[in-house]
Amino acid sequence: MTATLITNARLVDPEAGSIRPGAVLLKDGLIAELFETPFPEAIDATRIDADEAFLAPGIIDIGVKVGEPGERHKESYKSAGLAAAAGGVTTMVTRPDTAQPIDTPEVLEFIKDRAKDDALVNVLPMAALTKGRLGREMTEIGFLLDAGAVAFTDCDHVCTDTKVLSRAMSYARSLGALVLCHPQEPGLSQGAAATSGKFATLRGLPTVSPMAERMGLDRDLALVEMTGVRYHADQITTARALPPLERARANGLDVTAGTSMHHLTLNDMDVADYRTFFKVKPPLRCEDDRQATVEALRSGLIDIIGSFHTPQDEESKRLPFEEAASGAVGLETMLPVLLRLYHSGELDLPTLFRALSLNPAKRLGLDSGRMARSAPADLVLFDPDKPFVLDRFKLQSKSKNTPFDSARLQGKVLATFVAGKPVYRS
Amino acid sequence: MRFDQRHLLGIEPLRPDEITTILDLAEQYVTLSRRREKHSSALAGLTQINMFFENSTRTQASFEIAGKRLGADVMNMSMQASSIKKGETLIDTALTLNAMHPDLLVVRHPHSGAVDLLAQKVNCAVLNAGDGRHEHPTQALLDALTIRRAKGRLHRLNIAICGDIAHSRVARSNILLLHKMENRIRLVGPTTLVPPVLKDFGVEIYEDMREGLADADVVMMLRLQKERMDGGFIPSEREYYHRFGLDAEKLSVAKPDAIVMHPGPMNRGVEIDGTLADDINRSVIQEQVEMGVAVRMACMDLLARNLRARPTELSA
Repeated sequence: MTATLITNARLVDPEAGSIRPGAVLLKDGLIAELFETPFPEAIDATRIDADEAFLAPGIIDIGVKVGEPGERHKESYKSAGLAAAAGGVTTMVTRPDTAQPIDTPEVLEFIKDRAKDDALVNVLPMAALTKGRLGREMTEIGFLLDAGAVAFTDCDHVCTDTKVLSRAMSYARSLGALVLCHPQEPGLSQGAAATSGKFATLRGLPTVSPMAERMGLDRDLALVEMTGVRYHADQITTARALPPLERARANGLDVTAGTSMHHLTLNDMDVADYRTFFKVKPPLRCEDDRQATVEALRSGLIDIIGSFHTPQDEESKRLPFEEAASGAVGLETMLPVLLRLYHSGELDLPTLFRALSLNPAKRLGLDSGRMARSAPADLVLFDPDKPFVLDRFKLQSKSKNTPFDSARLQGKVLATFVAGKPVYRS
Repeated sequence: MRFDQRHLLGIEPLRPDEITTILDLAEQYVTLSRRREKHSSALAGLTQINMFFENSTRTQASFEIAGKRLGADVMNMSMQASSIKKGETLIDTALTLNAMHPDLLVVRHPHSGAVDLLAQKVNCAVLNAGDGRHEHPTQALLDALTIRRAKGRLHRLNIAICGDIAHSRVARSNILLLHKMENRIRLVGPTTLVPPVLKDFGVEIYEDMREGLADADVVMMLRLQKERMDGGFIPSEREYYHRFGLDAEKLSVAKPDAIVMHPGPMNRGVEIDGTLADDINRSVIQEQVEMGVAVRMACMDLLARNLRARPTELSA
């Protein structure tokens, strides 16, 4: 296998929290060498001149939904892989909330095969925590781990039977499995399409209090304390949920938290005239909550950002707001959208990639996510300043449900490398 | 006198002078409606379709009479019994109807925002006859006309809106309209039915009827929307009536000439005492119904004028 040398790049190192000029030699799927100088000499390799663009560890996106099995018309492994590559996502950690839930080793094997055949980037599947995501019986956590499940989650189906959840967590802990939960008190959030507040009241939408997130998190954290399971809250999006998260950390619980690209960059007012592409789960929050979430990400209290890529066809979205499906595609748009926070001065690039690459890798026990020698050569090369207007019909995803259609964004992915091979060049 | 709207989707987009324009024209239609010969030709040659995705008797009848008095060809479609049941989406239904070239589409729908969505897909003028808990603009306009006629003005009045605000599109439209016209608005009801966040809209909130009704010029009662409640907002109807039902005793703290309003249909003995509702010296409930026809005539007339002023759109 031939080596590739990326010269004249600015290397984003989330571990060191630094950006430095340099060059990177990719060989045998790994980062073989890092150079301090932009143009190292006398190396036998294919040279790529980055022209002072930024090179960062590829994004590891926890919580991607692909439509297989069952809804391939919304997204296949092929289209999701293309979207990921175009967005600088080098590893998709997929959700089990497919039409047929991924809750047995057989289904997991099937999607692993599909991913291996068709996806351009790495795919790591998550499996359901309970059978059918119904919250009644735990899945075969042991078999699923053996088959390659990297985490267990019922996604947005909150397990209401605390006894079932505590047993599943307890069993997962005995196997060292990571459990992801969606912190939400389902009684309060049932039927809700928006976060309670001035805007939802004006629009007459059924609402959920932001407190429902804290209540869900409080319960989950009590169960974590009880069972000792490795726990990750998929999306923390409100200020009120932050103090309990902080306390749990201080008490030494093995707890991490994520948030979504949408909750970091949009607020409830963006729904405007019932724009259903802005309907996500949990619903968009008020501006105070958005700012608190950004701050928690900066401080490190929130560890991980995900796109929560949820492809929906036009029919599912072209409905009155209450009836419309939730979710937005995000694999391809995540990096340019999050660069808004970089341009506004809210986040610097090493912090951003700590949450996009380093932390998810750490949480899943992966070697990637680092700008370091002998780390996997999963990398994204991007120009954070290049402006463009997003056209949703040009997205690689089969589904085009992005809230950022026609948005003016700044920052483009120039190339994406998986195991040292370019899977995307703009 | 200006009216620059293409649709009437809510009170929110209207300017105060547009509201006044509607009310002034409606006055003329009150006069017309009281004559033996009630016909005008303002909508002659135009087709009006009433699409009601939710049960309605009075609003649908009111729009139908308004259209007929102005000479429109009026058709009623009860959407509950039609293709929606066969799985057709709202947008497909809209496109189907659009192909029949209606000029005015009157729509009621159980979901907030559904009428806005529909308006984006058709070429004709759309009138919102109530969408979910969002808006019911013609109700707010007819209430405004009723108040203006009874009080001689539509500003600087103390107006108490009482009862189930949370589920009420009538309340939302009324708050927006009365606020635009610079009135003092109080909302009165149990905290489960009056979202505290409404404070941000420049209204006062009371949990006690006697405090909320003190010195009121207008007392607007709302229907308890049992069909929109998924349980547990009030302990019982009798406790609700005891604390929030309007009777002569609670009304006694309002101004002596305060008027009592209700958008109907009433739950007698739940939100309002039956005798009080029938008291012609206080209650303007029947007048509200009459104003409803006139206001809807005015709205459709104004929209039709804008429609006729536009070049005909040829759909491909």
